[in-house]
Amino acid sequence: MTPVLELNEASFSYRGHAAPVVEDISLTVETGQSLALVGESGAGKTTLLRLLLGLARATTGTVRFDGEELKPRNSEQMRRFRRSVQCVFQDPYSSLDPRQRVGGIVSEPLRSLGLDSRSTAGPKVADALERVGLPADAAERYPHEFSGGQRQRIAIARATVCDPRVLLADEPVSALDVTTRVKVVDLLNELKQERGLTLVMVSHDLSVVASLCERTAVLESGHIVEQGGTAQVLGAPAHPYTRRLVESVPRLPA
Amino acid sequence: MNILDVRDLTIRTADGRILVDRLSLAMAPGERLGLIGESGSGKSLTTLAVLGLLPDGMTVTGSAELAGTQIVGASEKQLTGVRGQDAAIVFQEPLTALDPLMRVGRQIAEPLSRRRGLKGAELKRAVVAALEQVRLPEPDRIARAFPHEISGGQRQRVALAMALACEPKLLIADEPTTALDVTVQSDMLDLLDTLVRERDMAVLFVSHDLAVVARVTERVLVMKDGRAVEEGDVREIVRTPREEYTKALVESARQLESALDLRSTR
Repeated sequence: MTPVLELNEASFSYRGHAAPVVEDISLTVETGQSLALVGESGAGKTTLLRLLLGLARATTGTVRFDGEELKPRNSEQMRRFRRSVQCVFQDPYSSLDPRQRVGGIVSEPLRSLGLDSRSTAGPKVADALERVGLPADAAERYPHEFSGGQRQRIAIARATVCDPRVLLADEPVSALDVTTRVKVVDLLNELKQERGLTLVMVSHDLSVVASLCERTAVLESGHIVEQGGTAQVLGAPAHPYTRRLVESVPRLPA
Repeated sequence: MNILDVRDLTIRTADGRILVDRLSLAMAPGERLGLIGESGSGKSLTTLAVLGLLPDGMTVTGSAELAGTQIVGASEKQLTGVRGQDAAIVFQEPLTALDPLMRVGRQIAEPLSRRRGLKGAELKRAVVAALEQVRLPEPDRIARAFPHEISGGQRQRVALAMALACEPKLLIADEPTTALDVTVQSDMLDLLDTLVRERDMAVLFVSHDLAVVARVTERVLVMKDGRAVEEGDVREIVRTPREEYTKALVESARQLESALDLRSTR
């Protein structure tokens, strides 16, 4: 089966900087095989996500979507791409427009993809909000009226309203309290089961990764040091860096 | 005498909303206490109140005695005498806690020269010693660096060095490792643990993470919505939480952690 997203020996460096941020990265995202990118700050996790989203262009190597090379100039391809691949960011406070009502925010992808107009988007928005467990009247309210966890649900509703196949998420639960975190992790799991959504998630929280992703790639200073099934990579790490990451996770007293 | 004695501490906003509600806690010299709760539970406000650092407009009632000095209602002059000597604090975000325009060495020198009256070569030696004790490599280079030139973990060590500079009797650490990567966090917790043990320092450790708190303290106080919910031995609380809220907290932490107990086929 053709992978939905594929990076092939991709490298990225900022203009004027010789040292690449990520180098020689090859990985594939297949339907139903959610992928986690783990590593410490500065390892290049977010850069990889930006490459996969078409927000940054690989300096060398290629990014493929459904088998064809992703070309940000090709607007027909980009429309199909945006319909299939959506994203959620870490900070639910800066990622929602404070001056738009939630209904407007959640219907944005439908409108910008030309699927619906503001007047016809209503039922889909209501469905999306219901799926993420928000009250029906949420659409009429503004982001500031919601808590951090609820805002992240709004962001997830926006990302899933057009029924994408892949959801790219950059530290989606890091800003949340632990009780809220568990609920959002549960929600993402539900979306995986019920809507067949495949996640590509950047996280430094290994327990969240283990809860949500079938596959894991470990990044250290711009290189993938280990990738494979999550149970293998985190359960029996082969690389010393992965081992160190796993051992550093603070555990509850027995 | 207790190093910290908080009784019926209540913090209100200007419009009368109660953020911390009749909180009481006591710490003996050299004791370690974890303050645990989620955002908005009032744990950080409590630490600020203990040092008289609450933002303008908030009113405090009740009592907070730090090494015998009443902090509630104290004058700025009295507070200056207490801060750094009796208690010092390390904040969550080292980048905002440090002055971006001042070299690291000068920032550490400030409390040393003001409190201990050190000058010249002696002061320089004390700065290097302070950086060495938090296990920073190349202390001379770090002393000359600006905060943006060093890593997050190094910055937090600098902040810790500043807090320890005047050998306070109580160290308050407000989510000191939350902004750090997990391997850096682990090293930082070990360092903190060693340093306070060597000095017999009391520690008030604030965190939202039970597993992190358990690395440093034995006793914890769980807060929710400005109130103390439950207090006791951290192992005890993790094993048999009594209150509804504590149960939810422990259960959430356990659920996430259990995902890590992977059985590999390799």
